[in-house]
Amino acid sequence: MNILGIETSCDETGVAVYNTETGLLGHSLYSQVILHAEYGGVVPELASRDHIRKLSPLIHEVLEKSSLRLSELDGIAFTRGPGLMGALLVGTSLGCSLAFSLGIPAIGVHHMEGHLLAPMMEKNSPPFPFVALLVSGGHTQLMLARAVGQYEILGQSVDDAVGESFDKTASLLGLGYPGGAALARLAEQGDPDRFTFPRPMTNRPGLDFSFSGLKTFAMNTLRNNTDEPGIKKNIAAAFQKAVVETLVDKCQRALRQTGYQALIVAGGVGANKCLRERLVIEAEKSGTQVFFPSMALCTDNGAMIAYAGALRLSAGQQDDTNLAGRPRWSMEGLTALPQNSG
Amino acid sequence: MSEKPHPVKILALDTTQEYCSVALSVDDALIWREELAPRSHTELILPQVQAVLAEAELRLNQLDALAFGRGPGSFTGLRIAAGVVQGLALGADLPVAPVSSLAAMAQGFYRENSTATHINAAFDARIGEVYWGNYALIEGIMQSMGDEAVSAPDDLLLPATGGWYAIGSGWAAYPQMQHRLAARLVKTIPETAPLARDIIPLADKIFRAQQAVSAEQALPVYLRQKVARTIRERTADRS
Ligand SMILES: Nc1ncnc2c1ncn2[C@@H]1O[C@H](COP(=O)(O)OP(=O)(O)O)[C@@H](O)[C@H]1O
Repeated sequence: MNILGIETSCDETGVAVYNTETGLLGHSLYSQVILHAEYGGVVPELASRDHIRKLSPLIHEVLEKSSLRLSELDGIAFTRGPGLMGALLVGTSLGCSLAFSLGIPAIGVHHMEGHLLAPMMEKNSPPFPFVALLVSGGHTQLMLARAVGQYEILGQSVDDAVGESFDKTASLLGLGYPGGAALARLAEQGDPDRFTFPRPMTNRPGLDFSFSGLKTFAMNTLRNNTDEPGIKKNIAAAFQKAVVETLVDKCQRALRQTGYQALIVAGGVGANKCLRERLVIEAEKSGTQVFFPSMALCTDNGAMIAYAGALRLSAGQQDDTNLAGRPRWSMEGLTALPQNSG
Repeated sequence: MSEKPHPVKILALDTTQEYCSVALSVDDALIWREELAPRSHTELILPQVQAVLAEAELRLNQLDALAFGRGPGSFTGLRIAAGVVQGLALGADLPVAPVSSLAAMAQGFYRENSTATHINAAFDARIGEVYWGNYALIEGIMQSMGDEAVSAPDDLLLPATGGWYAIGSGWAAYPQMQHRLAARLVKTIPETAPLARDIIPLADKIFRAQQAVSAEQALPVYLRQKVARTIRERTADRS
């Protein structure tokens, strides 16, 4: 089966075709990062306007890359939520009506399930059950995954998402928006031990996170040491070290608590090199395994939506013609797949 | 005597205002569905499409063209219409006629009031502005006289000629327009809205003039371009 995947939940328009026998046939991504940068954050109305302009051309582009005609598609998957309502509606409207006019099934996918399943597209694919660390601009969650559609939230951020905290701290350091990746690059040159940032919520039991204090700590550190040479790179390094150690600590706890052997990491912050390296080291130490999606599939993309949709469509699930988006939608409410499928 | 032009099969849809509506023209007959359902467009639109096609016993790819209310109107509504029409057009390989929702509303008012040949159509655009356009009847079709605009109510203008009908929510939102322009107005009827069946004659004209576009060019026309302020603009304001 050839499944077209459409992602429009935030500020990236993503399209891909996934073939259930041969894997990813083609994918394209149009990022709006530059558009929103001069506003200092994603402007929902502008994001929606860009999605409706870019989505159809991207579909053509991906079909061409995949050497497919529209008539060779067997199903369409689109992100139904969570995300920005207006942005979601572009994908649901176009995706659902395209499926309707081609006479093929359509399915609305949970964006975070897309992220969570993304590592399963790799050759070295994690076996269920596993613990998932979902870290993006809008989410920080530790999830227990028993099977496709069977998830339980183990812990989550009580305030800022980790990507958000990277971005806010980056903007404090004058790195623009969204500056998570730029902060990570700057951190490589800094001394992570010049300052000691707190490791929020690691001194008590539980799997929840809190990141808003780190950005405040960064702000105060900058204010109190403005004239110190290399202050910004040292703050970046210390901030990143604190975030990474906190995430690693909670992942280890989650693995111990569940007794599971595998950890998967997904979402934009999963592209962070330091986080990846530390998780690999910890996995080796504890005799567990850690899985990541390829760098290109860490941030929002159409491939993960095509893949998650393909699993559900091949198990016989499909949605009706309702175009409604679900801006807020818990992963715990998803339906499980029938046994032995996917 | 010229021959009657052969009928064109067009499916039109509109979700720009509070009505969700679909219409299908087949051999001079018109089939439609319309529902006043401010927040249910996403649920209603495809079933409405399905219903009119079933009633006409037609498949999408037997049609000649699609059409949609391209705006102005609710931004989200415009994109639902554009998204749906793009998806249908891609899948069935059909051209699309984008139609002004203000012109469609004027066309609908004329359908019900055959003496109304000069119409100002205006939607409430919120934040102290109005979307508007002036239309005159030419060969049975409401045609735009100049560009459509978004402006302060005080900047809505009527040509000097003709007795004008003022229609649409804009006239209820800003009663001062009626006072200012009373001398040129025949009547003010704010309780009017665009419907898909009134898109059909306008779309038919666009299609016959070979001005229909491809799916990816079936885009909303918002009129309002400035929707947020950049960091630079915000800091300039503060100092
Ligand atoms: N190398 C990196 N290190 C830390 N954060 C990163 C890195 N690369 C991307 N990010 C962050 O990832 C987030 C975007 O991830 P994504 O999964 O696209 O999020 P969302 O779906 O919430 O928009 C941003 O906050 C960005 O700053």
